[in-house]
Amino acid sequence: MGEPALAEPVIRTVDLTKRYGAQAAVDRLTLEVAPGEIFGFLGPNGAGKTTTILMLLGLSEPTAGRAWVCGIDPTRDPVRVKRLAGYLPENVGFYEDLTGYENLLYVAGLNGLRERRARPRIMAALERVGLADEAHKRVGAYSKGMRQRLGIAELLLKDPRVVFLDEPTIGLDPDGTQRMLEMIQALAREQGITVFFSSHLLDQVQRISDRIGIMLRGRLVAVGPIHELAARTLGVDQERYTLEEIYMRYFREGQPAAPAAVA
Amino acid sequence: MYGLRAIYRKELEDHFSSTRFTILLTVILMVSLILAWMTGTTLKKELEGFTKPTLVFLMLFTSTGTLFSLAQFVAFFGPLIGLVLGFDAINRERAQRTLAKLVAQPIYRDSIINGKFLAGLSTIAVLLIAIVLLISGLGLWVVGVVPGPEEVGRLALYLVVSIVYVGFWLGLAILASVIFRSMATSALAVLALWIFLAFFVPLGANLAANSLAPIPPDGTTDIETALRHAQIQRAISYLSPIALYSDATAVLLDPLRKTTRSLVLMGPLERLSIARFERPLPLVQSALVAAPHLVTLVAMSCVCFGLAYASFMRQEVRTT
Repeated sequence: MGEPALAEPVIRTVDLTKRYGAQAAVDRLTLEVAPGEIFGFLGPNGAGKTTTILMLLGLSEPTAGRAWVCGIDPTRDPVRVKRLAGYLPENVGFYEDLTGYENLLYVAGLNGLRERRARPRIMAALERVGLADEAHKRVGAYSKGMRQRLGIAELLLKDPRVVFLDEPTIGLDPDGTQRMLEMIQALAREQGITVFFSSHLLDQVQRISDRIGIMLRGRLVAVGPIHELAARTLGVDQERYTLEEIYMRYFREGQPAAPAAVA
Repeated sequence: MYGLRAIYRKELEDHFSSTRFTILLTVILMVSLILAWMTGTTLKKELEGFTKPTLVFLMLFTSTGTLFSLAQFVAFFGPLIGLVLGFDAINRERAQRTLAKLVAQPIYRDSIINGKFLAGLSTIAVLLIAIVLLISGLGLWVVGVVPGPEEVGRLALYLVVSIVYVGFWLGLAILASVIFRSMATSALAVLALWIFLAFFVPLGANLAANSLAPIPPDGTTDIETALRHAQIQRAISYLSPIALYSDATAVLLDPLRKTTRSLVLMGPLERLSIARFERPLPLVQSALVAAPHLVTLVAMSCVCFGLAYASFMRQEVRTT
C-alpha cells in the first residue's frame, strides 16, 4: 500500500484542463494513479471531480492537456479505454421495467457478450454483490442500496482494469455505506482493480483510500497518502488526525500557490 | 457493431412491449378496418354492372368513402406514429440517469441514436405493412378483386414512401428528445409542429394565394390568374411534408393521375369513366411524376435525422 509509481501508472494526466467559457472546471490537473490503488478524489460539489472522470473516459473533450488510461489516450480512442475501464455515475440509473438480470444482460450485450456467455458472468457478478436472490425482480422495486450494488455488479461484468466511481456512497444508509465500502475495497484487494473514486464524505475516503487528492475549484491542491498529508499540514508528530482536519486546512487556505505533490 | 445491435434489439423489444405501441396498434387497426369495410362496400355497390372492372383494387386505399381514404389517414395521422415512438428517445435515458452509463460502454456514441432510430423505423414499418396487408385482405374478401403485379408494385412503393414519411416524423421527434430535457416539453413541441404543418401551412397557403392572386367571387377569371393562384398555393403548401406526401402517394396509388395536383376535382368514378378513354400510366411513369416529391421527402427525412444525430453527438453527457 501507498508505494505507487513503480509500475506503469494506470491513470496519468498532464496539465489536463477543461474550460466552460471563461471558467475552468478542471485547471491543469497533473496526476498519477498506480495499478491496484484505491485513489480517493476529494472535493466540494462543483470542484471538477465529475468533469475529470468524464475526461478520463473520453466522454468529455479536454480543452488542453492530455490523459492516459491504461496507456491509452481517451480523447483519441475512447472505445478502447471504455473496454478496460468501468464507470459508475453518481446516482446511477437503471431501466426500471427490466429486472436486475435483464439490465445487466443489456450492458453485457453492449460489451459484446452474447447471452450464452454472459449468463454465468452475470450470475457470478450478482452473487458477488449479494443480489442473486433479487436477480429476477424489477429494478423499480430495488432499494437505493441495491441499485448501487447492481451498479457494482455491472462493473464486474466487464472485468475492468480500472473503475471510476462517482460518489458511490451518496444517499446510502450507514449499513449500505459500509457494504459499499467493503465492496470497493474488495475490488482492489482481491481483484487488483484500480479504483478511482470521488466523494465529499471525508471519513469514508479516509477509511479505504491508499492515496487521496484534494480538488478545490478545479485545482488539485494536495495529493498523497493521508498520513503524509497529515504530517505536512498538521505537524509531523500528530498521532490522531482526521481527514477532515487536513481537508479544512486546505479549504481555508483557499487557493494555495502550487499543488503540493507527493509522489 | 455489437453496440448498435444490442441497442437496436433492446429498443425494438421496448417498443413492442410498450403500452403506447398497443394503443397505437389498436387505434390504427380499428380505423383501418372500418375504412376498409366502408370503402370496400361502397366500391362493391358502385361496381355492380361493370363486367370487368380494372384498376379497382388500389381504390381501396384512395377512395374517400364517407370519411376519408386510407392514404389520407396515413398522411394525416401517420406523423403521430413517428412522434409517439420518438419524442422521449434520448431524454428518457437522461431522466432515468441511464445515459451516462450507456455512453460509458465500449460503443461508439452514434450507435445509441442510430439504434434508436432504426428500431423506431422498424416498428413503423411493421405497423404500416400490417395496415396495408389487412386492408388488402379485407378488400379481396369484400370487393372480390385480385390485385395484379402492377398494383402490388404500386402498393410496395407506397409502403416504402410511407415509411420514409413517418420516418421523417420519427427523426423530428428524436431531434426534440435531444434538444429538450423534459419529455413533456418535447412531446408538446412536436405536437405543436405537427399541428402547424397539418393545419396552418395549408391555411397560410390559401391566404397567400388569395391575397397575391385573388380570384373574384363572380367566377370571371382568366386562366393566368387561376394558374398563378394554384402555383402560389402549391409552393407554400409544399413547406409541409404532409402535402408533399399526399400528392406523391396520390400519384403512386392512382395510375390515372398524370400530375401531382390537378386543378379540377373529380370523384373516383368520374375519373374511372374518363379513364376508359385514357390509358393508365405504367408504374415507372407514375414514379417519375412523383419523383421530385419523393426526393424531397427523403431529403427532409435525412436532414431531420441528421440534425438529431449532430446535436446528440455534440451534447455534453453531464446530467446536471
